Amino acid sequence: MSYFSFLAEHGSTLLLGTVTTVKVLICATILYAIISIIFGLMRVSNNSVVQGIATVYIEFFRGTSLMVQLFWFYYVLPFFGLSLEAFTSGVVAIGLNFGAYGAEIVRGGILAVPKGQWEGAYALNLSPAKRMSRIIIPQIFPIILPPAANLTVELLKATALVALVTVVDLTFEAKQINAITWLSAQCFGTALIIYYIISRFFLVPFLRWLEVLAARKVGKEKI
Amino acid sequence: MNAEWRWDFTYQILPKLLWATLNTIMAAGIGYAIAVVVGLIFLVGQRTPYKFINIIVREVVEFIRSTPLLIQLFFVYFVGPQFGLILSAWVTAMITIGLHFGTYLSEVYRGALEGVPRSQWEACRALNFSTIYTYKKIIFPQAFPIAIPGMGNYLVGIFKDTPLLSTIGVAELFHAATAVGGEHYRYLEPYTMVGVIFLVLSIPAAIGIRKLERSVNKAQGKVRN
Repeated sequence: MSYFSFLAEHGSTLLLGTVTTVKVLICATILYAIISIIFGLMRVSNNSVVQGIATVYIEFFRGTSLMVQLFWFYYVLPFFGLSLEAFTSGVVAIGLNFGAYGAEIVRGGILAVPKGQWEGAYALNLSPAKRMSRIIIPQIFPIILPPAANLTVELLKATALVALVTVVDLTFEAKQINAITWLSAQCFGTALIIYYIISRFFLVPFLRWLEVLAARKVGKEKI
Repeated sequence: MNAEWRWDFTYQILPKLLWATLNTIMAAGIGYAIAVVVGLIFLVGQRTPYKFINIIVREVVEFIRSTPLLIQLFFVYFVGPQFGLILSAWVTAMITIGLHFGTYLSEVYRGALEGVPRSQWEACRALNFSTIYTYKKIIFPQAFPIAIPGMGNYLVGIFKDTPLLSTIGVAELFHAATAVGGEHYRYLEPYTMVGVIFLVLSIPAAIGIRKLERSVNKAQGKVRN
């Protein structure tokens, strides 16, 4: 069986799986972005209780493996009467896990804003909320976006794990086709190439564009 | 199904899980040792005098870095037999982890080499040192401390990715937990205990790396906030 007839037969199935993968990617990215900003801000809070909660959350989710969290959300939460759909538990587990890593990036970004900006905000007697939302937060994006881009590529790779909790994504479809046809090189090879294409030609250029946009917004031209 | 935590069951399964933890640590250790060497090979492959080879190695590294470890595991595990090359689950796991994290480590090495100030290279050139002498006596001692934190992070990273190996049947911690859970049809305790064991092992490791990073920075005369 040539590779082209393999693609003709199973290409559409793999594409359907790809759509699910992209859906997981988008949902999890949005969730992780929100979580990282919230917990990143909590991490630099002066209130020690708030800061403690964020630290515990971050250390907990960074310390245990994503796969363990995923299985925990899917197989253990029903014990507590909370049954999540496979897709939801996948997105939530990935979002929470990467949110913990992202929160550290956001914290680093907030600390990296030049001291003069903080002092300027104090000198102008801005309220704490205004100081953060108007002065500090807009300036962290050019700092946090490059490391966040790396993390987002990691997230794309992590979406493959949701196949293990029965989300019908690209990995799941590839496994399924492998089980039927035993053309392992073709189906897993195609899956690898699709992941590479998503990352190299869609995700990374998009994130670069965001970086340029963020840099321009605060008046720093980026090459 | 009830949400009650059963301590007797926990104690019953704990020895099994702890034994499997040894396998996890072993997998992470061997995989890391391979990755350290493979990383060096990838690094050298990107710095040869032949541009063509550099570009190809670069693309291979990019490809491995941007595709999921899970599918790479399946690929190596299932494609071998298709061509008559049968690898055991352990061998597959070690090869794949070595290659996957080797690409990451090669980036760490690259960053470390680039972290050595340019003037050091120029001074070596000016003093007419041989390439080997330059690397051995001047560059390497300066680059190594820069690479330590990154290398440590990936050691913890490999450790946290070892549950993936259970998908091809390596009998590590997660595999044991799933087996035990299936036997008794209780997943609450096994999976929670796996999480606890991971926390207990990886938080001290992370703290150790942070300490190491600080002492390295101090030894290099850099002050960190």
